[in-house]
Amino acid sequence: MSADLPTARLIRRLLLVVVAMFAFGFALVPLYDVMCQAFGINGKTAGAWQGAQAVDASRQVRVQFLASNAAGMSWEFRPEQDELEVHPGASSQMLFVAYNPSGVPMTAQAIPSIAPARAAAWFHKTECFCFTQQVLQPGERIEMPVRFIVDRDLPADVHHLTLGYTLFDVTERQGPVARGAQ
Amino acid sequence: MMRHPRLGMGLLACSALSQAQAAWDVNMRQGVTEVSRSVFDLHMTIFWICVVIGVLVFGAMFWSMFAHRRSRHPQPAHFHENTRVELLWTVVPLVILIAMAVPATRTLLHIYDPSDPDLDIQITGHQWKWHYKYLGEDVEFFSNLATDREAIGNRAPKGDHYLLEVDQPLVIPAGAKVRFLVGAADVIHSWWVPELAVKKDAIPGFINEAWTRAPEPGLYRGQCTELCGKDHGFMPIVVEVKAPADYAAWLAGKKAAAAESKAQAGKVWTLEELVAHGEQVYKTACAACHQPTGEGLPPVFPALKGSKIATGPKEGHIERVVNGKPGTAMAAFGKQLSEVDLAAVISYERNAFGNALGDMVTPQDILAFKQAAEAGQGMQPGQPQPQPQ
Amino acid sequence: MSAVIDHGHGDHPHGPAPGLMRWVLTTNHKDIGTLYLWFSFCAFLLGGSFAMVIRAELFQPGLQIVEPAFFNQMTTMHGLIMVFGAVMPAFVGLANWMIPLMIGAPDMALPRMNNFSFWLLPAAFGLLVSTLFMEGGGPNFGWTFYAPLSTTYAPQSVTFFIFAIHLMGISSIMGAINVIATVLNLRAPGMTLMKMPLFVWTWLITAFLLIAVMPVLAGVVTMMLMDIHFGTSFFSAAGGGDPVLFQHVFWFFGHPEVYIMILPAFGAVSAIIPTFSRKPLFGYTSMVYATGAIAFLSFIVWAHHMFVVGIPVAGELFFMYATMLIAVPTGVKVFNWVSTMWRGSLTFEAPMLFAVAFVILFTIGGFSGLMLAIAPADFQYHDTYFVVAHFHYVLVPGAIFGIFASAYYWLPKWTGHMYDERLAKLHFWLSFVGMNLAFFPMHFVGLAGMPRRIPDYNLMFADFNRVSSLGAFLFGATQLLFLYIVVKCIRGGEPAPAKPWDGAHGLEWSVPSPAPYHTFSTPPEVE
Repeated sequence: MSADLPTARLIRRLLLVVVAMFAFGFALVPLYDVMCQAFGINGKTAGAWQGAQAVDASRQVRVQFLASNAAGMSWEFRPEQDELEVHPGASSQMLFVAYNPSGVPMTAQAIPSIAPARAAAWFHKTECFCFTQQVLQPGERIEMPVRFIVDRDLPADVHHLTLGYTLFDVTERQGPVARGAQ
Repeated sequence: MMRHPRLGMGLLACSALSQAQAAWDVNMRQGVTEVSRSVFDLHMTIFWICVVIGVLVFGAMFWSMFAHRRSRHPQPAHFHENTRVELLWTVVPLVILIAMAVPATRTLLHIYDPSDPDLDIQITGHQWKWHYKYLGEDVEFFSNLATDREAIGNRAPKGDHYLLEVDQPLVIPAGAKVRFLVGAADVIHSWWVPELAVKKDAIPGFINEAWTRAPEPGLYRGQCTELCGKDHGFMPIVVEVKAPADYAAWLAGKKAAAAESKAQAGKVWTLEELVAHGEQVYKTACAACHQPTGEGLPPVFPALKGSKIATGPKEGHIERVVNGKPGTAMAAFGKQLSEVDLAAVISYERNAFGNALGDMVTPQDILAFKQAAEAGQGMQPGQPQPQPQ
Repeated sequence: MSAVIDHGHGDHPHGPAPGLMRWVLTTNHKDIGTLYLWFSFCAFLLGGSFAMVIRAELFQPGLQIVEPAFFNQMTTMHGLIMVFGAVMPAFVGLANWMIPLMIGAPDMALPRMNNFSFWLLPAAFGLLVSTLFMEGGGPNFGWTFYAPLSTTYAPQSVTFFIFAIHLMGISSIMGAINVIATVLNLRAPGMTLMKMPLFVWTWLITAFLLIAVMPVLAGVVTMMLMDIHFGTSFFSAAGGGDPVLFQHVFWFFGHPEVYIMILPAFGAVSAIIPTFSRKPLFGYTSMVYATGAIAFLSFIVWAHHMFVVGIPVAGELFFMYATMLIAVPTGVKVFNWVSTMWRGSLTFEAPMLFAVAFVILFTIGGFSGLMLAIAPADFQYHDTYFVVAHFHYVLVPGAIFGIFASAYYWLPKWTGHMYDERLAKLHFWLSFVGMNLAFFPMHFVGLAGMPRRIPDYNLMFADFNRVSSLGAFLFGATQLLFLYIVVKCIRGGEPAPAKPWDGAHGLEWSVPSPAPYHTFSTPPEVE
């Protein structure tokens, strides 16, 4: 068939599209993170923020703190206070209390989320217990800090921010070495 | 060829007509809030636009099927394009769509209104119940399906609110702007109350915002609308809107009840009392997975009947119920249930489904267990560990 | 238009091999088309029987027939089997049979790959259905398999489900490459792109959609597999992943998938309506452009399935507007079909009945689709039976009626016999009544507040659910009549001429009925 040559070339190109689209599926993962940061989808916050800002004493923002446990997590987990009034630009701190009531050492990971989601881009954490995993021995209780700055450029119609943490039990995800080391 | 063109058209006309009559008694509920009414108006506007377009298009089609069938119209025409007409029916729908988009955008912006709420409530979806927490008020509780399992199994009559009734409804004050912070503990759920036109996905690890302002006292029912596993159909929502004064009284009562339940832990219980109370707790908290018979649904939900834990030492049994089993569907009930409820349900499990240990776990046992776990451990600095990537 | 008809004495002097091996080893597009069509019909009956279980459980309130856990497996398997096992293979079967005949090609461009892509399907579905018998049961997380219900909380059998999806994906991609290669390279001389029948056009566009999105589906299930077995956290919040990401990637595949299931039906109906109107298709060029526009738009509307997951208001507005825009090209198609009928000379044989019902009922499904596009209103419709009504209105009278119409239209060409017109009309009317009884009341219960995927419901939904179930039983039972009609037509009946429909046009009618095993070994001349 005279069509063989163009057919082979066409198939190569189509297969290339298939491979490219498969890769695109995976590329959506980082792409999505970029979109989340840009548009505040899901209220995801960025990692540790470096920098400082001048304090805007003329404005006050209410920051509310939530703590909840994912399924299967038996720790006690709560903020020391329900909320803070902060000035944009000022660095503030809140302590969260965690307590492991079970009879085994456990590892936990806290996942932060901001509501309203679009405000997440203006909420900077300079230090957070959510950047690392927490290991607690049976019956151990700790206080964990989060330090943050609400950006001066926070849209004017946002008077109210909620920072929520969900605590996940990740003991099973740890290798036996990490668990044994405790 | 077609023998019954009229029958065919009649049926088609009926189906179009029944769509129009839908507005009478089978329509969307108008709801009670400003938002739900504007959503309803939007729904009706678009519905009627669709009906008008439908009447025109189907009208032309039915006329053609009637007048241009071969027996009446043996010589077909031969036209097959007309640029002007084709352009027209591209542009006109576009204009109609823009007209639809205007009210839709207005309603959407209203729903996204960022103004400050009067009250914040954290809603957390669990398999298969809702947890409500009144922020800043120290009031929180689980809301479980209250329908009798006998009724679900068709062994008892079904009431008016079959599957739409809970043991403890969410109570909110009338006229206040209430903000819901919606999340989940396990899988994705979705919190929906049609009368309030609030539907928001509850996603593990993330908080979603929604709000409502219900003007009048009333009782509004809804359901979980995101498939969340076996009992997705059995985790209803009931919202009770109370006048502000009644709401304040309810809130005070709720706080008092929590204190009283702590006090009750000191009461001396008999085995019969505990088992009787435990059966009630079991029905709402445990039966969905472990089944009313205690036989479970292996392999996911193990049987309690004759199980090693439920017939083993008390401590092991208490440990499992209070702290759950990580990595499985077994939740930690230590904070979901009061000491009395925990003691009762454990006692029940040790003396039901053919388990006949005859022993009893008292609220004091639970308190002692919790204290023992805490004993000897003071405040210690955490041991942050770099997160492996 | 003239055609050189080959009677089996061309490059391939042999007819079909005798016995069962003919079907296992065949590289003939007609044999493979037949295999695809029979496979899809079997899947249709299997998926349909799962639907019967669902409707039997929902016949009255209370739990009577199945446990909720099994009910969820039924809804999941019904969706998966109907989408991937019934509708898609049926269209691939039609493409295999008809595209070479319509463009004057001797066979598909890649006949051996064609055989392989079919035989992957029984393996994939064998694997999928076998999960129902495994410990812990089959997939129970809905055909959309949202994480983490399908990852952290999934039954053990989810790995088999993932491999089954991979196999189906490979099969679909190979089928699509084959269609593209055939259409682009094997057209008869003179068959320019803008002279191709619309069925070929819509399939060409569908094939491009398939190779664009099936790899994304493969990607998403691969991520699931890695989350479940290799400790990654694409969709697990505990490890820094995001369950909502799953929905974005899934629906990036899922929305074009919806059009994959309807575009070939558009093409078939665009052949059938002109035939029985005895009048050329109105607005051929605009039909082609409208199909292209729908395909393009399908890539930028996916998040309308996610209006309540909490996307920012700008996102909601974008996806709402983009979704509403789809109404424009879809409207153009409907107007063109009505104009084709206008002042024609209509008769209503079974293919035309199904095609006319397709236009009307698909348009009703389009209307509810437009309503669902309106984001604030969708907050009330989302995940209720209103959505179930909507997508069954576009899929049953859309895709399935399109397939029935095609089957009756081309059965004389495939078998050489006319089907029993009286029974076929009965099949149509019973299907039509059953389908509307089953799905129309779902609009009402959905608006009244009944969520989808629940095994039991409040008494206020009981009456309409009973009607739905009765309609579904009627529709389901009627499909056995279709089986009987097809078998009867294969075994005998009035001999069909080369062109059994007086108003038909196209190369496929220039070969005798039944179509010889090898056709167009020498390309026909197209004027």
